[in-house]
Amino acid sequence: MGLLNGYLVLGVLLFGIGLLGFIIRRNLIMMLISVEIMLNAVNIKLVALSHFMQDLKGQVMTLFVMASAAGAVAIGLIILLMVYRNKGTVDVEKYDLLRED
Amino acid sequence: MSVVRILFFYFAFVILLSAFMGLRQRSPVKALLWILLLFVHIGGLYLLLNAEVLAFLQIIIYAGAILVLYLIMLLILDVREEERSMLYLKNWQSRIWAGLLVSFFFILGSLTFVNKHRGEHTLDKLKEVGPSKILGRLLFEDFTFPLIILAFLLLVPLLGIGLLFVKRRQDGSA
Amino acid sequence: MVLNSNDMVHLALLSFFKGLIVLGIMLFHAAYTVYAERKIIGRIQSRLGPREVGPYGLLQPLADLVKLLTKEDILPKEADRFLFKLAPLLLLVTTIVNLSVIPFYPDFIIADVHVGILVILAFAGLGVYGVILGGYASGSKYSLLGGLRSAAQMLSYEIPLTVSLAGVILAAESFRLGDIVEAQANSLFGMNLFPQVIGFLVFLICAFAETNRAPFDLPEAESELVAGYMTEYSGFRMGLFFLGEYISMYVMALLISLCYLGGWSLPPWMLSLLPILKEIPPVLILLVKVYFFIFLFIWVRATFPRYRFDQLMRLSWKVLIPLSFLNLLIVMFFKLLT
Repeated sequence: MGLLNGYLVLGVLLFGIGLLGFIIRRNLIMMLISVEIMLNAVNIKLVALSHFMQDLKGQVMTLFVMASAAGAVAIGLIILLMVYRNKGTVDVEKYDLLRED
Repeated sequence: MSVVRILFFYFAFVILLSAFMGLRQRSPVKALLWILLLFVHIGGLYLLLNAEVLAFLQIIIYAGAILVLYLIMLLILDVREEERSMLYLKNWQSRIWAGLLVSFFFILGSLTFVNKHRGEHTLDKLKEVGPSKILGRLLFEDFTFPLIILAFLLLVPLLGIGLLFVKRRQDGSA
Repeated sequence: MVLNSNDMVHLALLSFFKGLIVLGIMLFHAAYTVYAERKIIGRIQSRLGPREVGPYGLLQPLADLVKLLTKEDILPKEADRFLFKLAPLLLLVTTIVNLSVIPFYPDFIIADVHVGILVILAFAGLGVYGVILGGYASGSKYSLLGGLRSAAQMLSYEIPLTVSLAGVILAAESFRLGDIVEAQANSLFGMNLFPQVIGFLVFLICAFAETNRAPFDLPEAESELVAGYMTEYSGFRMGLFFLGEYISMYVMALLISLCYLGGWSLPPWMLSLLPILKEIPPVLILLVKVYFFIFLFIWVRATFPRYRFDQLMRLSWKVLIPLSFLNLLIVMFFKLLT
């Protein structure tokens, strides 16, 4: 049994840090990075459970998460590039075309 | 304290530290370097969990591809250090909500967590056949359909990039 | 992880001394490859090459070393000091680590991990950071542009490299380099070169691009594009970049010989024709193959003109990547037949 709880707590803390970063940072690139950190936190938990429960399905899930994260990053960065072309900034506070005041 | 335990605490400490430092660093390039440290150490953590293939795939995909893309994007767009905005100070409620949400799920998870399931992939079996071979068989035999769906999912960004460049060429704009 | 501490100390000491041996041999080779390069290119261009220091100029690497070490170490005013110092080390270390999973003959390997090829690909991926950071930390526009250019180049050539290696992995059904060599020795042709000619060619071209050698040496095209990410580096820091480049040449040459030419084994048909070849020590066979590829690296540098950047990218995305997938399909087909 041993360290399983350690891995699970580590995953939660890392997820919390990632979520906090997503809320605090106003830079679109750093927000995307925070999402990556959250995905990694989940991956740690999956692999730890897979190891301690002796079932490789967890590792397969992690592989799927990694691959879809790579796809998501490609899409996200294209969108970022397009938005930057239009607005000239990556600061999400400046994206306020729909604001009323 | 066994070696594995010491290594785990080292990795866990560096992971949390670098995630924290990376997200509070204001210069984006330095932030990305902390995140690089984070990804590499997560790879190390996977080594402790007998997931060697996954450990190096983690480094190849996250550190070698995804983070490099971010870094290149950062340097192309010439992103300056971000200013501390008013929102950063005003927005304390959402941080509390986020903290409450995470701790709610944590408590819920730890209350309902049942550690009963035992699969058939014990360490002895892994050593006998080879871990990467078992992982490959599982991936391509039991998870064939999700794999095909994933392949289509990955095709979409590829088509998107292609479309982007075709459109740009028609516009004539650089 | 069921080793007791005594075993662990033993293993650590053994790996340490093996590492020292490999590192020593590799540094010696890197120094003399510079000499060989100057001599061979000199001969190809009807010159004599270095011949002043020592007999036949054999002490020239020593003189070069002294020159590099005694030069002033310039830190640009605009540079980010820490990253500027870190970048060459990062590139060098990620290259040297690759040597630890490469077997030199059947029983001599520093770390016999079962995911050897993945380790090499992972550290090749990390090497890109040395290039980007070198460009960014210099605080100069030439360096930044050069760094971005080479990062894009290394990133786009990593894909066909990986996919062509996937063919090799599929043929051997293992990630371990030792198993790959064995699988080739037991196969029909004795080397992977024959069912996978396309993969071999793709890998060879990508090896040139990954090591930033001519004709893809845009990162350091000193005659046309300033020196890329190395513009602001001088003295021994530039020496570290060059050392990294030469060691990565050796890593790539070793990898090609192990993955496509059968490593330390000779094809069975050759052995049955000339039984005396069995007496050759395996490490010598590997060395001959490696030296051939090093010579090829130098030969190509002296012969071909440099690619332009857009041609470079087009070659990777429109030619090499489809070809590498074609190679993978061919290997799958062969695998289905047997």
